Amino acid sequence: MNNRLQAQVDPLIERVSQKLGLVNDYVAEGVMKTDVSFIKASLGKVKVYFKKPNLLKVKKEGGISLLPKGGVSVTINSLLNTKQYIALPAGTQEYNGKTLRVIKLVPTDDKLDWVISTLWIDPADALVYKTFTTTKENGSYEITMEYGSYANLGLPSKIIFAFNTKDYKLPNGITLEFGDDDPTAKQKALKNKKGKIEITYTNYVINKGVSNTMF
Amino acid sequence: MKQIISIELYKIFRRPRTYIAFAAIAALIMVIQFGLKMDGQSYAGFLMKDINDTLTVDGKVLNGYLICYILLQLLLVHVPLLVALIAADMISGEANLGTLRLLFTTPYSRTQWVIGKFIAASIYTIVLLIWLAFLALFASMWIFGTDDLFLMKSNYVVLIQEKDVLWRYVGAFVFASFSLLTVTALGFLMSSIANNSIGPIVGTMSAIVFFTILSTLNIPLFSIIKPYLFTTHMNNWKEFFDIKVDDNNEAIYGTILNLAKIKTSLIVLTLHIILFVSASVIITKRKDILS
Repeated sequence: MNNRLQAQVDPLIERVSQKLGLVNDYVAEGVMKTDVSFIKASLGKVKVYFKKPNLLKVKKEGGISLLPKGGVSVTINSLLNTKQYIALPAGTQEYNGKTLRVIKLVPTDDKLDWVISTLWIDPADALVYKTFTTTKENGSYEITMEYGSYANLGLPSKIIFAFNTKDYKLPNGITLEFGDDDPTAKQKALKNKKGKIEITYTNYVINKGVSNTMF
Repeated sequence: MKQIISIELYKIFRRPRTYIAFAAIAALIMVIQFGLKMDGQSYAGFLMKDINDTLTVDGKVLNGYLICYILLQLLLVHVPLLVALIAADMISGEANLGTLRLLFTTPYSRTQWVIGKFIAASIYTIVLLIWLAFLALFASMWIFGTDDLFLMKSNYVVLIQEKDVLWRYVGAFVFASFSLLTVTALGFLMSSIANNSIGPIVGTMSAIVFFTILSTLNIPLFSIIKPYLFTTHMNNWKEFFDIKVDDNNEAIYGTILNLAKIKTSLIVLTLHIILFVSASVIITKRKDILS
């Protein structure tokens, strides 16, 4: 009860939460782009399944998909729908020409995977444009969002997950690529330690029911 | 010429030795396929250890396309040795048996015999490669199914869409045929020099091993000669499985990263074939068959 009261302290968070609360479930179609320095992958069609309070699954339509480990499930819905957090105001910041309020969320349940999350929210339309979340086991994730025709429900038209990547190197003895060193790729891999997964949504089917078996 | 090729093919395919290569390839491929079918997930897990620290990979990574790539990496290094068993015996075997004199007294010229024998040996090589392709690619596709090709190279990972893979294998096998024909030509050259079977077979195998070691060693001294060694170019079938990316690091469908490298390798291999076969013709024409 005490946690619930603390979560309601910030009225802006409550407005965001109410907006997201209008969506019980959705199936979204989109195009996913993987941008990791050591991975060469092309665009792929994906379906994103969501069900309240925090079930989320990204599935590629055929083929192999690469997703940040544990990061995709830490979305605004999963942060806010649990109501197990304390909201701490942290001032305002300019972001893409908008003055956004910065609010930090600290979980009150030790069992939750995330440690702290910062939200950049536009007070005018109660939309979250950016989050930065630190998890216990899967590092930190920055999620930026763009909005389109589903903004009234708080659903983004584009979402970008940015995460830290570790070095990738397999010995030539395993890959059998003796004398095949590609210094350019190696250099590139060392320069860029950030990975990005972009999903551009083309269509949402909202509140039509999603089976639990999808997750 | 047709008659010579028919005779030579008949001689090749009636020898039990010919089928050693087919049996060896079948046995090796089946053992690897069995192992990967039984415990492939552990192997894939080991390969993807670094990636799994950062990303979750969802899908059938261990599919027929990846199995075929693994098989080709292992086998295309050793198949040349099996090709040498036949190619390096084509002329020297006849010399050893004394039948070379008989051949060279027929109305056909020595050049015709050498070219005919080389074409027959090449047909054997191509049939062997088709056998390899059938078992490594089509049997693997049947056993393991198909999906995107998730290729883990030393410094980066290439994810090729399923519908963009098959033509690359066609290209890789065509390229591999040039590599193996180079070995056939080398074996043929060795065969034209010697008068017994063992010497040219061992000589060809030794040359392949020796030049392969030189090609794979990253020592600056050898870098000068590496571009001219056929063994350096034989492994470039792998280039079919590297893809171009645009400025946004997005893979471009249907592209090959280093097409020029493939073209250069094909030219070098073709020149080696021409050189070895021409030398074989010259040596055989001057060969003393009276002593």
